[in-house]
Amino acid sequence: MSHDFERVSQVSSRDLGSRIAFLRLLHIDLWLFIPLLSLSVGGLAVLYSASGQSEPMMTAQIRNLFIAFAVLLMTAQLRLETLKIVSPYVFALGLVLLVGVAFFGVGAKGAQRWLSLGFIRFQPSEIMKVAMPLAIAWWLSKKALPPTSKSLLIAAMMVATPSFLILQQPDLGTSLLVASSGLAVIYMAGIQWRYILSLVLIALVSIWPAWVFVLKDYQKQRILTLFNPESDRLGAGWNIIQSKTAIGSGGWEGLGWTQGSQAQLDFLPEGHTDFIIAVLAEEFGFRGVSLLFVFYTAILLRGLIITWRAQSSFARLLAGALITTFFFGLVVNLGMVSGLLPVVGVPLPMVSYGGTAMVSMMVAFGMLMAISTEKPVTRAMR
Amino acid sequence: MARQLNQMQDWARETRLTRARIVVLATLMLLVMAGLLYRYFYLQIVQNETFRAQSDRNRIAVRAVAPTRGVIVDREGRLLAENLPSFTLALTPERISNLDETLSALTELLDLSEDDIALFSETRRRTRPLSPVPLKYRLSESERALLAVNKYRFEGISILTELTRNYPEGSLLGHAIGYVGRIGKDDITPADTERYRGITHIGKVGLEAYYEPLLRGELGVSQIETNARGVDLRVVDRIEPTPGAQLKLHLDTELQRVAAEALGDMRGAVVAIDTQSGGVLAAFSNPGYDPNKFVNGISFGDYALLRDSRDAPLLNRVIQGQYPPASTVKPMLGLAGLNRGVVAIDTLIADPGYYTLPGDDRRYRDWILRIRGTGHADFMNLRDSIAQSCDVYFYELANRLGIDALSASLFDFGIGSLTGIDLPSEKRGILPSAEWKRDAIGSSWYGGETLIVGIGQGYMLATPLQLAVATSAVAMRGTAYKPQLVASVAGEAVTPEPLLSVTAPTEYWDEVVAGMVDTVFAPRGTAAGMRRGLNYTIAGKTGTAQVVGIAQDAIYDEESLSEYQRNHGWFIAFAPVEAPKIAIAVLTENGGGGSSAYPVARAMLDYWMTRHES
Repeated sequence: MSHDFERVSQVSSRDLGSRIAFLRLLHIDLWLFIPLLSLSVGGLAVLYSASGQSEPMMTAQIRNLFIAFAVLLMTAQLRLETLKIVSPYVFALGLVLLVGVAFFGVGAKGAQRWLSLGFIRFQPSEIMKVAMPLAIAWWLSKKALPPTSKSLLIAAMMVATPSFLILQQPDLGTSLLVASSGLAVIYMAGIQWRYILSLVLIALVSIWPAWVFVLKDYQKQRILTLFNPESDRLGAGWNIIQSKTAIGSGGWEGLGWTQGSQAQLDFLPEGHTDFIIAVLAEEFGFRGVSLLFVFYTAILLRGLIITWRAQSSFARLLAGALITTFFFGLVVNLGMVSGLLPVVGVPLPMVSYGGTAMVSMMVAFGMLMAISTEKPVTRAMR
Repeated sequence: MARQLNQMQDWARETRLTRARIVVLATLMLLVMAGLLYRYFYLQIVQNETFRAQSDRNRIAVRAVAPTRGVIVDREGRLLAENLPSFTLALTPERISNLDETLSALTELLDLSEDDIALFSETRRRTRPLSPVPLKYRLSESERALLAVNKYRFEGISILTELTRNYPEGSLLGHAIGYVGRIGKDDITPADTERYRGITHIGKVGLEAYYEPLLRGELGVSQIETNARGVDLRVVDRIEPTPGAQLKLHLDTELQRVAAEALGDMRGAVVAIDTQSGGVLAAFSNPGYDPNKFVNGISFGDYALLRDSRDAPLLNRVIQGQYPPASTVKPMLGLAGLNRGVVAIDTLIADPGYYTLPGDDRRYRDWILRIRGTGHADFMNLRDSIAQSCDVYFYELANRLGIDALSASLFDFGIGSLTGIDLPSEKRGILPSAEWKRDAIGSSWYGGETLIVGIGQGYMLATPLQLAVATSAVAMRGTAYKPQLVASVAGEAVTPEPLLSVTAPTEYWDEVVAGMVDTVFAPRGTAAGMRRGLNYTIAGKTGTAQVVGIAQDAIYDEESLSEYQRNHGWFIAFAPVEAPKIAIAVLTENGGGGSSAYPVARAMLDYWMTRHES
């Protein structure tokens, strides 16, 4: 546990010279910050079009972004040690709240995801998105890596319990993201490949029982529709058909900002939230999509570099898990909108309309920045 | 130190381990991102055209734009069939919070019937969402005013303007013009369905039906951008429809009116033909009907009244009424007799008032017998026989011709054949012959039947139009054109088409025509009653067609017969005799005889000759 503080510095000062002093002071990782900001600003332009040029929605989203970036900067100031200490408590709190949702939650559209404190409503599952990697990283970094079977078993329990609670809400998308954030830590911790293979095998085997016992009818419908959208043109297949049509009609250059007929004429459902990339693809074409991919890939690579350079195992596990979770959410969204994955409610990071998901993601990036800009302890001691 | 070293080793090992994982992760991420990017590339670039087409299909609804139906005008350009704006009250149910309340309020305001409400509910089911559903057609001026004043009380109501066919002359030209009606499922063939998209009405009867393809015009196409709920947003592209062609008729509405007024309450038919072209100057059938009632659907009760009336107002007697032509065939048969050499101009035939076939004691009576108890004169020539309508002369003539020659001669004048007038559902009548009887009745021809046919009775039936055309042929010394209502289509004149061609020496024609002139002008002419005050010349022929067979010895007593058993009256005529312009056939159904018909012809000819004196 203490080796984080006692290690011999391998950290060179090669990245320090290039940074402006105040960014260093503010714990801002420029290479993460630039694509995040670009996506946010570009995302606003897309949202303006996707929302049917709705000013209230723009105002709300700008407010969301201010809050999110404030959260990003605040989180970035946290010391890793603090994070490590609070992580089990945050996890416990999240778990309690999830149980609370199961009993006292309020819902919309048949799902019970929200907890209302009277003045504010929030989704405890969002807390779990952050609490899960923190707690697993905390747990696994207590002992030498790779973890023992016993540690792994406990870690697996820690992953399974909240994921199951979220799945029951039901919120398949978030459940998968939360579970993947925990599993990412376990993967980073160096779990043997044979365990990973076994897990994949178990997953494959459990498809059938999961289909019969776990998945709700609407979830099954979404999966079935994926393989044959035409089977239910005006029902479950509608989203997929319309989003593929929107994407496909964009071509190289797109139809122009606010000119996409699929988006502007209401053919595309959820165009301002989960399916916003279809609007971008239709109006800005493959060029716009490519630019979006450049930003996301930059974030992913920067996240991996931060992980690579992280100074402690806890930091590495956490950073690796955070960027993997981000990656996972991104893939699910990009995949479902383009008709490769079933439709689950996962927003496009930084671009989709909505505050909660953005804030929890910014907490994750804040922690990544905290890791990236952490002063080597040894240097401080020197 | 050892512990520190141990920790150092641990740390280094863990770093190696996690960094190895990062390498795998980075590879995975880049591969997946590349794969996803390819997916977008595939959709956007490779399949672009497919999805582009799909998107256009989504977005653009193709609507047919109905052309304006061609108008119909008479020879003077008076509108006979026009398109008037008509106002329809429509509701958009989606925009109305309480539909029942709105409907009951409107019912109070406009006195809507339960039928209106029922029809509204029915139409609503077939209408796209967010589109106005018609509630009441043909709003009157006062109803529109009421709605305008009360509009603030209602949400989601609109007044639609559309063009509706209107026939200003109503029943005067009902039969000739016909009418359009809402398209029924049997009105168009599946092949024509495309042509009629967006068109609500189709010509059902009369000229409206006959010239449907020309009057209809061609559809335009409007490409409309709609959203996912099918609401129209804007017009993307529009190909204007081609309006239907204007039809200009030969018909003179005023002549038609004169005919109608002269006919008065009598059932019957009048048709006047321009002898130079075959153009139909008047075609009136009484009783008629108001075609305007049919345009937006006639009520069942009104229709039943028309359909079941004994007076058959739906029958266009001009082309569908089939009557024994009676004595009107005498000029034609006279010509045939001369032409075929069975009689000569100066041939005299004894007329005791009846005729008997050799070896048969049956008496074929002359109509004069029951009036005077004797014949027209001791001996009759052709000219007088035509003028006085001597039956005995024509019994003999028919007997000499024989049925085959008689039939062939009348065939040359178009009896028993369709004239080919530009109206649907023309009837051809019956031109009896031995062959016809064998086929139609299955028995052989009797000599006595030839005599009956010789005075235009028996099996023979003709339409007023056929007789008008035949009269025109007599007037023009053998030439008649196909009768034609339409003079020009979209300004392009219709060329007259020869229909009949009867050849005979001029002196034969002169003799027959002289007989027809005498009919009017000789003191004993059967139409002598019409000659008072004539300042132009008329050649005519009366006819009296028996409706019920009169037994051998019975006397026709008009008083004892019911109205519907009385004889039909005929009068055919042309004028002026020197240079014929107009040929007329008048039939008065159960009018009693020719004397009921010629006043109608006189009135029409007076009008026409006055108009065309110059």
